Amino acid sequence: MSDKPKGKLALYWAASCGGCDIAVLAIDEKILNVAEAFDIVFWPCAADGKVRDVEKMDDGSIDVCLFNGGIRTSEQEYMAQLLRRKSKVLVAFGSCASEGCIPGLANMNTRKEVFDTVYKEGSATVPENPQDVRPQPATKMPEGILHLPVFYDTLRTLDQTVEVDYYLPGCPPEAENIWKAITAIRGKGVRNLLCEAPEGPSRQKVPDTFSAVIGLNTTVCEECPRKRGEKKIKKFYRTWEIIPDEETCLLEQGLLCCGIATRAGCGALCPAVNSPCIGCYGANDGVADFGARMMSALASVIDSDDPDEIRRIIEEGIPDPVGSFYRFSLAASQLRRKKKMQIA
Amino acid sequence: MSNENFDPKIVGFFCNWCSYRAADLAGSARIKYPPNVRIIRVMCSGRVDPTFVLKALADGADGVMIAGCHPGECHYINQNYKAMRRYEMLKHTLTAMGVEPERVRLVWASAAEGRQLAEAIDKLVSDVRRLGPLHWPRNWDENGERQKALDDIVKEHEEAMEVPA
Repeated sequence: MSDKPKGKLALYWAASCGGCDIAVLAIDEKILNVAEAFDIVFWPCAADGKVRDVEKMDDGSIDVCLFNGGIRTSEQEYMAQLLRRKSKVLVAFGSCASEGCIPGLANMNTRKEVFDTVYKEGSATVPENPQDVRPQPATKMPEGILHLPVFYDTLRTLDQTVEVDYYLPGCPPEAENIWKAITAIRGKGVRNLLCEAPEGPSRQKVPDTFSAVIGLNTTVCEECPRKRGEKKIKKFYRTWEIIPDEETCLLEQGLLCCGIATRAGCGALCPAVNSPCIGCYGANDGVADFGARMMSALASVIDSDDPDEIRRIIEEGIPDPVGSFYRFSLAASQLRRKKKMQIA
Repeated sequence: MSNENFDPKIVGFFCNWCSYRAADLAGSARIKYPPNVRIIRVMCSGRVDPTFVLKALADGADGVMIAGCHPGECHYINQNYKAMRRYEMLKHTLTAMGVEPERVRLVWASAAEGRQLAEAIDKLVSDVRRLGPLHWPRNWDENGERQKALDDIVKEHEEAMEVPA
């Protein structure tokens, strides 16, 4: 690796938990190889650096930017636009940037509802907030106007905000996949990697035939060693209701296992410890809406032809359909969020 | 917009073997039904993936009708039962997403039931008209705050004092 000139690497986080930054460090001592191959020009979580320094860089001067987190505030959107401009390759790193992930589940609420929970009903803040103070985007002070980022009603994924070149799925991505991605980017050279991307002005519209996802094109079921038979389900169970048999397919036992729709790459970690797949690697190729694929597959295995019984099995077994089918992908789904009350 | 003047956009997924022919029959028998439904012919109601319905709603449809053969009369043995289960699953999820479940409807119509199909379309169109437009993409708007907030950040960064190195 050392014979090549050093590349420039940036890492940034937006609406995420911070786990993706930690996952980068989970590649252990190989982080030294990363430092050998790249100058880390911006990584607020781990190294000192100012937004102002990034603003002063030439456009396209960062070779690779690994961006984790969804876009929930105006500041995050600004940073996404800034880093897009400054980077040759922008990677949506992890589930939040790719498809919204857990922060995206707040799309089931509006900003007002989120703020009510935090500033009015939340047990941690309420005793100290008797006047119901809320964050204001602009506050006039003697010295001038102070700004806070605007909190959006709807969390967007990175590619709903700016063009994205590659996606690295996972919550967080497995260390070995991160390493594979970094070596691929470094090995091929940024320019070669870019050449594989569709050319011309339509770069943001990745054609369906082109997989920009750094991962496998198959489902978790493929990596899962459990025995699969014909699936017929009379009742869905939640994970705490049964102790599943360790050898049979979890879906066959009535657990909502998302392996059937989820991209492989994790090594089927959860089914290996007797826990259903929750879908953190996101939709596999050809799945336009993760939840719809889950609905379609689960409905097919319900063992009943009677509408009333079907309704009962679904309503009793799946009390939270959005949380079950869209746990990681609500913001990237067709509908993206719950209906907002329209303001006339 | 007053609801009487609102012309709902309805997307219909009709089975090739019965409901699409029922619509044909309604046409040749000159049975009137509202022109709001845009019919897409599929080989079977079991072909209708929930993705199709969600995409229709997200792209601006106000309602969706799925129509297939009566239970027990499927050209492909039992795929319309699958359609029925998927429909129940989808309705359960749509309700949680705040979409009125009346907007999406599953209808059984044999090739001989042109009149029944026309009546079902009529009923769906009037129900959706009563509910009003869906305008789903408007749910993603930030009420014009977004651009202003971004402009504010740019301005603030321009005005900020330089920190000596």
